[in-house]
Amino acid sequence: MAVVECKNVSIRYITGDFKAIGLKEYVMRKLTRNYHVTEFWADRNVTFSLEKGDMLGILGTNGAGKSTLLKAITGIMVPTEGEVKCEGSIAALLELASGFDPDLTVRENTYLRGALLGYTRKFMDEKYKEIIEFAELEEFQGHFFKQLSSGMKSRLAFSIACLINPDIIILDEVLSVGDGAFKQKSGNRMKEILNHGVTGLLVSHSVSQVRDLCNKVLWLDHGKQIAFGDAFDICNAYEHFLATPKSEQKLPKNMAEIMEISHKFQIYKLIEREEILRKRKKKKVPGAVKETAIQREQRIMEKINSMTPEELEPYEQELLETESV
Amino acid sequence: MVEKVQKYQFLFSELVKRDFKQKYKRTSLGMVWSILAPLLNLFVLDMVFSAFFRREQEYFTIYLFSGVLIFNFFSESTKGGMASLMANAKIFTKVNVPKYLFLFSKNVSALINFGLTLVLYFIFCLIYKIPFGPHMLTLIFPVICVTLFNVGMGMVLSALFVFFRDVQYLYDVFLTLLRYMSAIFYTVTRFPLQMQRLLLLNPIYAYIKYFRMVVIEQTIPSFEYHVMCLFYALAMLGLGFWFYKKYNHQFLYYV
Repeated sequence: MAVVECKNVSIRYITGDFKAIGLKEYVMRKLTRNYHVTEFWADRNVTFSLEKGDMLGILGTNGAGKSTLLKAITGIMVPTEGEVKCEGSIAALLELASGFDPDLTVRENTYLRGALLGYTRKFMDEKYKEIIEFAELEEFQGHFFKQLSSGMKSRLAFSIACLINPDIIILDEVLSVGDGAFKQKSGNRMKEILNHGVTGLLVSHSVSQVRDLCNKVLWLDHGKQIAFGDAFDICNAYEHFLATPKSEQKLPKNMAEIMEISHKFQIYKLIEREEILRKRKKKKVPGAVKETAIQREQRIMEKINSMTPEELEPYEQELLETESV
Repeated sequence: MVEKVQKYQFLFSELVKRDFKQKYKRTSLGMVWSILAPLLNLFVLDMVFSAFFRREQEYFTIYLFSGVLIFNFFSESTKGGMASLMANAKIFTKVNVPKYLFLFSKNVSALINFGLTLVLYFIFCLIYKIPFGPHMLTLIFPVICVTLFNVGMGMVLSALFVFFRDVQYLYDVFLTLLRYMSAIFYTVTRFPLQMQRLLLLNPIYAYIKYFRMVVIEQTIPSFEYHVMCLFYALAMLGLGFWFYKKYNHQFLYYV
């Protein structure tokens, strides 16, 4: 049974004049028929479902509607069309450090945040020590929140949020918190939660992070759903999409196209590795122009496109071999 | 419903605590101000107006205090309520919690303040040798009515405030007007009867008058008077809920 299910979810967002103007301006513009509100679809017909234990990575450039979609799943927003169904408790970690009260102490803020996340008082009494220890803020319990450094703030936020083992966890660019040592600790805690059979949704700009953590990927672009499916191929296609220059970017239309791109991308990776190995053996030519990643990708992709099937054969063979392993 | 109350009980109490702390942050006297502020307020009004009305009204200080008590409760509760949504915008755009909790917590902290002032009010009654009796228990009724009225008014105001920040200035003006129309520091007996009836269109005056009737005149208002008080409260509450339900999902776009 699906734990998270989105059916044809569309969310209409409004922007325009209304936000900053006061009452007088509003009346004036209404009277002169100069009052404009623009509507746009932040998400359009997004459909996917996740089973228990699935980890979904949501990829897309800025303004693709990723965060809006997460808001609809947590229930902060109501989809304009379609429906969202979630089974179980949700822990949403959206922009961790905001929403604290600077004039309350660390202790009070901890309790308040715990309450906001839906914990009970008893639970907080039991876990309070653990939270503070995890955040390494034992000496700061009585301090006002505004006196903490921003690193400490996000450490505390992370510690409170990651205390429980929720059924569904929602992460919006929050995986990297704090300094080196804490980063490792928080990463470990995160993996612990994920291994607990939790269903997760993760928004990240790092494709490698998505590859690491997710088995499913949803690719959004300007609110439209480009693809939903297994992580491997979509990540390949997305990485290819990012590596092509803006003017030549083309969104894949269907899964077949994605598979094709992904296949080519894998061959590209093989050739790239070959080249790097070869380069290492060669002595560096002084004065040689350094190639950017995008240039390299373009050059190699062109090379692949011009290759005959016979030339491609050894690479295909290698791919098959690695797949069977 | 019961489930929901249990679920948000902890959050609610934490919010009330926070509101209280916010209110008295950086004051050396803290909660004492809840008592001291109305006391000083009363002192000033008494000094100014008792010269005019002392002879017309028995227990003039209590008469005055009844007005100050109710009106301050109303203005504190609604003014706090008005800002409650905007002040917590950062929270409800990130976490899924019912937005009315922020408003209710302001109302509750105002109610606690009111309770403290009420104790002071009864101490004054003792000092001025007002006869106590079981009829005093009926005062619970107007208190409930004002509280409901405040909640409704707070709902409307906080929603409007999200859309137009002008509301806070307009409301200040409105409060001043209402203060003068609530017969807090003057007596109404010199007005024609018609005029006195007209004043009852102001719900706050109706609640103040209820207090005065019970405490000073030791009479319990008529049944119709009760109906009127309740009607004001429920109408306002209904309006508030309707407003919230209608605009609840739009707040997000405006903050």
